Amino acid sequence: MSLTPEDVNRIALLARLELSSTEQAAMLRQLNGFFGIVERMSAIDTRGVEPLFTPLSAVHAAALRLRDDEVSETDQRALNQRSAPVVEDGLFLVPKVVE
Amino acid sequence: MTRAGAALHDMGVAELGRALAVGQFSSLELTQHLLARVAAFEHLGAFLACDPAVSLSAAREADARRARGEATPLCGVPIAHKDIFVTRELPSTAGSKMLRDYASPFDAGVVERLSAAGMVTLGKLNCDEFAMGSANENSAYGPVKNPWDLQRVPGGSSGGSAAAVAARLVPAATGTDTGGSIRQPASFSGVTGIKPTYGVCSRYGMIAFASSLDQAGPLARTAEDCALLLSTMSGFDARDSTSAERAPQDFHAQMLMRREGTTGERPLHGLRIGLPREFFPQALAADVEGVVHAALVEMEKLGATLVDVSLPRTELSIPVYYIIAPAEASSNLSRFDGVKFGHRAAQYTDLQSMYQRTRAEGFGAEVKRRIMIGTYVLSHGYYDAYYLQAQKLRRMIADDFQACFKACDLIAGPVAPTVAWKIGAQDDDPVKAYLADIFTLPASLAGLPGMSLPAGLGDADMPVGLQLIGNYFDEGRLLQAAHAFQQATDHHLRAPTAALSA
Amino acid sequence: MNAPALIRGFEVVIGLETHAQLSTRSKIFSGASTQFGAAPNTQACAVDLGLPGTLPVLNRGAVERAIRFGLAVGAKIAPLSIFARKNYFYPDLPKGYQISQYEIPVVQGGHLDIRIGELNKRVNLTRAHLEEDAGKSLHEDYAGQTGIDLNRAGTPLLEIVTEPDMRSSAEAVEYAKALHALVVWLGVCDGNMQEGSFRCDANVSVRRPGEALGTRREVKNLNSFRFLQQAIDAEVQWQIDRIEDGLQVAQATVLFDPDSGETRAMRSKEDAHDYRYFPDPDLPPLVIVPEWVERVRKEMPELPAAMAQRFQNEDGLAAADAGLMTQSLAFARYYEVLRDACGQPKQAANWLMGEVSRRLNAEARDIAASPVAAPVLAALILRIADGTVSNNGARQVFDVLWSGSAESVDALIEAKGLKQMSDSAALEAIVDDVIAANAKSVDEYRAGKEKAFNALVGQVMKSSKGKANPAQASELIKRKLS
Repeated sequence: MSLTPEDVNRIALLARLELSSTEQAAMLRQLNGFFGIVERMSAIDTRGVEPLFTPLSAVHAAALRLRDDEVSETDQRALNQRSAPVVEDGLFLVPKVVE
Repeated sequence: MTRAGAALHDMGVAELGRALAVGQFSSLELTQHLLARVAAFEHLGAFLACDPAVSLSAAREADARRARGEATPLCGVPIAHKDIFVTRELPSTAGSKMLRDYASPFDAGVVERLSAAGMVTLGKLNCDEFAMGSANENSAYGPVKNPWDLQRVPGGSSGGSAAAVAARLVPAATGTDTGGSIRQPASFSGVTGIKPTYGVCSRYGMIAFASSLDQAGPLARTAEDCALLLSTMSGFDARDSTSAERAPQDFHAQMLMRREGTTGERPLHGLRIGLPREFFPQALAADVEGVVHAALVEMEKLGATLVDVSLPRTELSIPVYYIIAPAEASSNLSRFDGVKFGHRAAQYTDLQSMYQRTRAEGFGAEVKRRIMIGTYVLSHGYYDAYYLQAQKLRRMIADDFQACFKACDLIAGPVAPTVAWKIGAQDDDPVKAYLADIFTLPASLAGLPGMSLPAGLGDADMPVGLQLIGNYFDEGRLLQAAHAFQQATDHHLRAPTAALSA
Repeated sequence: MNAPALIRGFEVVIGLETHAQLSTRSKIFSGASTQFGAAPNTQACAVDLGLPGTLPVLNRGAVERAIRFGLAVGAKIAPLSIFARKNYFYPDLPKGYQISQYEIPVVQGGHLDIRIGELNKRVNLTRAHLEEDAGKSLHEDYAGQTGIDLNRAGTPLLEIVTEPDMRSSAEAVEYAKALHALVVWLGVCDGNMQEGSFRCDANVSVRRPGEALGTRREVKNLNSFRFLQQAIDAEVQWQIDRIEDGLQVAQATVLFDPDSGETRAMRSKEDAHDYRYFPDPDLPPLVIVPEWVERVRKEMPELPAAMAQRFQNEDGLAAADAGLMTQSLAFARYYEVLRDACGQPKQAANWLMGEVSRRLNAEARDIAASPVAAPVLAALILRIADGTVSNNGARQVFDVLWSGSAESVDALIEAKGLKQMSDSAALEAIVDDVIAANAKSVDEYRAGKEKAFNALVGQVMKSSKGKANPAQASELIKRKLS
């Protein structure tokens, strides 16, 4: 199976990446090159195998650790917004959002 | 440079700790000396940020602390951090234009621990953008040169860390390893590096690449230095839900622990080292194979027994890794959207074009490729065939290791199929670079600890590393074997003086 | 169940997705406060903002509340559930993904029984899952730009999803009200709809009876019962119009505009979404051991239905009255204290439904804020019972108490001179005077004129200045004239 230019456009839109036409062409070539080595993976029978989403559960089942319901944070807005592109009245500004 | 000066930067972490303890010199003198050296070797491209004022005040504080008699073994010893770790006092870029001048409001957990021990931060180290790469050619701030041959790559993604330690700019550096990013540059640059078991070091404050694979670890001259550093870097962190909940470990003590029935000449008596036949394929370069075999013979001399084992899915680990890591990365990197922090495009017409331009401008080619791969394999209709299938194979790969560890205590093999290649050699073929990760990916997928130690020189007198892989939380035994090897050999003491003085 | 009412010959099919903000102090994955109304972004900490290097840590309080809700609706509490990432770009979504539960939610199944007029109806629940709320986009103009406030980002939500079991906007509203009452009763949500603590999305479709389910459209963010009703009604009319015009109803996400009374498709949802869900690698599976579930079960308050039944059985209240006594946990608690203190369940209920409710409604107050404490009201009811004060007198006393008087019930009865005459000697004297002074009425009474007797009683009440107990007075007159 190989990707089409349409696939590349669809994925680029989902990923919010603007690609120039030359970038698109290169991307298409490289992705297809990559999926070439992926195909051999698809052939393998994995029926009944538990996926290993985190290595923590490789040997025995891992369980999420929980936090007590306590407020530990104070207002750090000034510090947290030091690297913000555009801020006004403490709000992050973005181009008009249409709901 | 004076001989005393030369001695200063040639000393390792443990050595410096002892010298500072007896007042041979102060942390301030040491730091000043290394800062000068960092400036002198700027052309290596190893450092992205360095603020002498910050480093010197930390050095003075360390000296004061020592004077108060509150010093730890690492107090006053300089270290530099891979720019994947966020820091309050220095910018944190992840090697990306997206985070140029990014000022983090907090320090990474690992940085916190090392600073709390009194270590002096010398600066931030170059790396592949968001740790994606194996040659450090994917940094938005330029490549890093290999101190052994300035025409060659230092390995990646912790290339700045490996190069800075190899060039004796700093005795130790932090790195991160997702698919080999500590072990491979350590091998290419002739230094010692260890990636502990997933969960041993806190990921809090590590700019995420692939959350289920990322692990922090030290790069230094010796296994002993790595043991000291790892003891301080590691430990439970409640801010990281994947941090292993266990008592603080003294890896240095574990490293020195005498094994049952061993003698001075045979410190590894009874240690079974497994050699996966899949780690010695046709594609393995002859020079690398030669150096690795010689190292294994040395291990035998030290009392270890070599046993044949098999990791049948070694090759599969390439597609499996390159599905899982990009999938997680595509999601982890969605937060870079020009809204809360980092780069925002100057020209855009509406919200969508702001997103698309910002990300197109802020990310480099390799990062974009992986975001595309990851987005694709998670997208509707492909999840089961790619992402889920890869995670199932990942389980099988982890099980293969457990089968091996029934027959052996450690696994050994090469770190990479070749020595460091020439800068630009793999430019237009990303897949070729992916294939070169074959020996480091399996342990990463399983979450096992692995390390690389200098084993000798291969073609063009470039360093070759020996990879050791241990079972979960068996870092102590890993370091023990590496330390025994370094006590009996001097590969780790070789410095790239020729290339540097040239 | 009898056949559902048709609208213009169509059957309406509704499923609800409700987002209930959980009443935790801190956020679901960070230690930031969930307090409403703080200055923009002052309660959005590094984790909520998704700053590079930050990681989520789950709040036990949120899980505890999910378990409590699950037990209350008879659902299965999953021993293992998974947090997943829902990936999409939106300015109020800081990480570019929402941490939610997808394939394996924490609460599975369950049901809620509601009353439609005289009929009972069971609404089945599909699931309830934990997730993080997003921030807010402020559309007031910032020179043509939108302001983003992330204080709400990371607030814990329980998304409660029903089966498509409802057949009218009325049923949907009844379900929403019952669900709202339940989450507030359980203390898992403050239920403040103005502040967005309880928001509904309605999945609406129509079909001709017997046909397969029609294409549904999702009406988002309905934060009042009235809007819920109006939005569904408007959407139903719109869909029927389309179909009768021979047009298709396309699946869509729409918003309800209360001003125009119409629904319109959301621009931001136009590009067909592909959320790329996958298990969040930062969060291992959520494991809930049976011991924990049992601990929560023990701490659960008695549920409203059970309590109402108990009031009928033990206190002899009518079903409707018992229902009113359990309208809220605070109301029920007040009733129980009052009942125990005065020992007269019916009287207690009557006072609560009458005088107390009337004033609470008039002042839009909650019973918890009643100026008259249950023990005080009980004392008053006891004084009516022992004949010390008449019902009219009691109401006057209650007025004073409601206006905040700290005087005791007895002191107020004294002060206002509302004490009924209990000294029979004094009463007898008055009766004798009245009989002596009203020979005419006495004769007429003896002649059998009832009116005359009432006149005599009236005279006695008059000269006793209303303090005589009328029953006692009549009794005495009869005896003296027999």
